[in-house]
Amino acid sequence: MLEVKNISKSFRGLRAVREASFTLPEGDINGLIGPNGAGKTTLFNIIAGVYAPDSGKVVFHKREIQGLRPDQVCAAGIGRTFQIVKPFAGLSVLDNVIVGALHRERSVASARSCACSILEKLDLARKSALPASSLTLPDRKRLEVARALATRPRLLLLDEVMAGLRPTECDRMVEVFRELNRADGLTILLIEHVMRAVMALAKHIGVLHHGEVIARGTPAEVVRNPAVLECYLGEDTEV
Amino acid sequence: MSRSHLALAALLALLLSLPAFAGPYALSVATLVLYSAYTGQAWNVMMGFAGQLSLGHSLYVGVGAYAAGAIFFHYGIGPWAGLWVAILLCVLLGVAIGFLAFRFGISGVYFALLTIAFAEFTRIGFDHLDWTGGPGGMFLRVAQRDTWDIANFRGPPLMYYYAMLALASLAFILCYCLLKAKAGYYWQAIRENEEAAQALGINTFRWKVYAVALSSAMTAVAGVFFAFYYNNLFPEQIFNISRSIEIILGPIIGGLGTLFGPILGAAVLTLLSEGITELLAALGWEIPGVKQVFYGVVLLLVVMFLPHGIWPAIARRLKLDA
Repeated sequence: MLEVKNISKSFRGLRAVREASFTLPEGDINGLIGPNGAGKTTLFNIIAGVYAPDSGKVVFHKREIQGLRPDQVCAAGIGRTFQIVKPFAGLSVLDNVIVGALHRERSVASARSCACSILEKLDLARKSALPASSLTLPDRKRLEVARALATRPRLLLLDEVMAGLRPTECDRMVEVFRELNRADGLTILLIEHVMRAVMALAKHIGVLHHGEVIARGTPAEVVRNPAVLECYLGEDTEV
Repeated sequence: MSRSHLALAALLALLLSLPAFAGPYALSVATLVLYSAYTGQAWNVMMGFAGQLSLGHSLYVGVGAYAAGAIFFHYGIGPWAGLWVAILLCVLLGVAIGFLAFRFGISGVYFALLTIAFAEFTRIGFDHLDWTGGPGGMFLRVAQRDTWDIANFRGPPLMYYYAMLALASLAFILCYCLLKAKAGYYWQAIRENEEAAQALGINTFRWKVYAVALSSAMTAVAGVFFAFYYNNLFPEQIFNISRSIEIILGPIIGGLGTLFGPILGAAVLTLLSEGITELLAALGWEIPGVKQVFYGVVLLLVVMFLPHGIWPAIARRLKLDA
């Protein structure tokens, strides 16, 4: 479904992503992990159309999408959340999601009913009339997800949506994504530091370090991979 | 009918019947209030709804006024035809500015500077344009003030009052409908966070250009009114940056991005300005600049104590919708 081929991107000489490649089959939940500054978010932003890569291709449903604008990527069927949440603070929670739903719905009324059902799914229905600025961080993360889902993506890119959540809230979120994946066949690619969530959700994991994919495999394989352990803990491990 | 609808109906009835008990002076003040309410609403579409700060809206008033005025002056063609020329010219200008700015990622204060630049060099351009009278100004013939000559938009002050009332009401209805529609959601999303709006599939470039186009078209109509109401146009006056500031003060004081804010702001500011003049005359204080000081102090107080404008505070208290 999604194929990332030899993507490279530099910022003023800093090579943020080097020759990164991976594939994501339809219907899978895959994780992308790596230490801070490994280039995960940059890679996400390239897929989502925020940056054009210096070289390489992003193929989504047999169509090359690298270099498209973010709104075109969204129209192609890829939804995303932001690591640093970006709610429409002055609008109500419901209106935030309606903006997303209007992407596929013709009328505001149908967008509203679509938004309501998504808010229900994400436990935000009771807060739908509140201004988004009044939400707590966990709720803002949920709102990010709700908004992205409202555009009815076939692939959802989640950038650290579990960060800052308590373990029970994290488990609840994991359940939501499992359900979306199972019931709607939604494909998910998540960047995550919270291993609890990655281990519970991801079928395959890619590990990014200094912009390169250093390991790929099932969660169990990846956590035993020496290269992965080294990049997280360093060569001279002092525990 | 909700409380808001009732309040609006009452206000409209009051404004419709105002000429019955208002003298010539009060009527001219009321016309001025409606005029600034209308231009405020036009500017509010761009800044209040879509978050694009224009500090050069005098450009559209001026170009609109000069376009319709010059066509009338040179060819005797009335404002109903000139109106469309004015709108077309202003939309082209607005779209050109928007295109330049948004294509090259100029936003925020830099966008505001660009709008000032366009207004300023248009002012200088008109100073050197002999066809419109240059710096000496352009004067439209004032044939008669007694009968309603609607074809040429010539008539008594009452006609201008009702014309402005119609414009302000139409603008209100238009803004109301837009806010409830897709455009309103998209513009507000762009205003709140452009990056997130784009990630949700909104072509932000296109929607920002739409906002500028609509705002400049609405302002052009105000320019046409200006030309036929005042009958004299000077580049130094009409394109002056202080004109642009006057346009934006109403919506800011009244409540940015709200439907009623620009109208309330216009009423408060115009009545305040006139009231201070009256008060100072009654007191016999003839110190130059004292009016501006009073005006400034009141603006400061509003900004300090009601940073979101007067209307949101009132709406909360009266439990009305924005």
